[in-house]
Amino acid sequence: MKTIPYFPGCSLKDTATPFETSAQFVMEKLGLALAELDRWNCCGTVSSLTSDDLMHHLAAVRNFVRVQDLGETELVALCAMCYNTLARTAQRVNGDDADRDKINQFMDRESDYVGDVKIVHLLQVLRDRIGWETLAEHSTVNLNGLNVACYYGCTLVRPKSVGIDDAENPTLMDDALEAVGATPRAFPFATECCGTYQVVDRRDLSIEHSFRILQSAARTGADVIATACPLCQHNLQEAQRELSGMENIRDLEIVYFTELLGAALGMDPTALPERITQSLQTTAAAQADQGGN
Amino acid sequence: MSKTKAVSAENLRARVEELSGENVFACYQCGMCAAGCPLADEMDRLPSQVIRDLQLEDITLLDSNAPWVCASCLACEVRCPKGVDLAKLMEALRQLHLRKELDHMSIDDMSHDEIRKLPQIALVASFRKKTG
Repeated sequence: MKTIPYFPGCSLKDTATPFETSAQFVMEKLGLALAELDRWNCCGTVSSLTSDDLMHHLAAVRNFVRVQDLGETELVALCAMCYNTLARTAQRVNGDDADRDKINQFMDRESDYVGDVKIVHLLQVLRDRIGWETLAEHSTVNLNGLNVACYYGCTLVRPKSVGIDDAENPTLMDDALEAVGATPRAFPFATECCGTYQVVDRRDLSIEHSFRILQSAARTGADVIATACPLCQHNLQEAQRELSGMENIRDLEIVYFTELLGAALGMDPTALPERITQSLQTTAAAQADQGGN
Repeated sequence: MSKTKAVSAENLRARVEELSGENVFACYQCGMCAAGCPLADEMDRLPSQVIRDLQLEDITLLDSNAPWVCASCLACEVRCPKGVDLAKLMEALRQLHLRKELDHMSIDDMSHDEIRKLPQIALVASFRKKTG
């Protein structure tokens, strides 16, 4: 089976394990397996934005060297924050000989980074190397029109120079889920910030902003929010927990987009929220009925 | 990180421009950044006012909470008609404090329970942004 180097990052080994296992399942089904990068290290989590702070790009570059040592030029990220941090470093260091030289001089045991590793997000791989038609062909369980609000957040789409889709009106995640039978519900807060790391010392602020996102998605008729970021997932989930049971609040399930793709491609759905599995069971029963007729 | 020279009204703009690589005079105060900022209502001055204060070298900007509330979501960056990256200006303003060892938060202020409940992605990002 063909493989592609893959960077997990910290969350996918801890709080976001369903994101990793479902993505691995999906890519194996599609014949392009994710091969975990050997000895990967932290991406840096957030990109350093000051011009003289080259040191904080070093962590990302060390990962690029490991991709280069494999003779590969592409590295897939799943976590939106890892994608952004790695992609911004690649953008800066690949295009600047002086910056690259400085980093190469600092690194001791690694081979010199020559500057040709490209960071791609799984959604781009699905679109560009697999294609929506092939994805649809591999779908064995129809998502039965499950109403999904695709939440992109910040780091998948901004800045424009590394964004995987249109910064204001992205559709990549919607397209992927529509291909396997879900009904994407466009909503105005799809790229609004959830409050990100402010949850650490300004929890009120992240709950409030996540609440607005949940409400915006709920108003479109969505039952599920699909995300690609473990931090967005955490913040939305926290807000949902606080609000659950309140009057006029419709509960939404918050899952990684790969969990829905996995369910469509035949992954054991028991790890998914009941509302989603019910929808799948109905479909399976409907298909059995059709088969019987 | 190198020791930072003392920041004064005379060198505030130059220091921020040096750290950010941005030209604050590119801004013509249209207010698009403030209009689209999801966290502007938490700030003691609007994002557009932060740039205005840099243009005018208002040293009181160093006491503003705006750079600490800014989460680098980059909504302003993609919408600025003049291509000013305001998130970089905010990062430079944070760095003026952090490089003088003036951290904005401390792990000692958090209980073990709080730390345990937070995902590492949030903790690392927060400490990367708010401590030196």
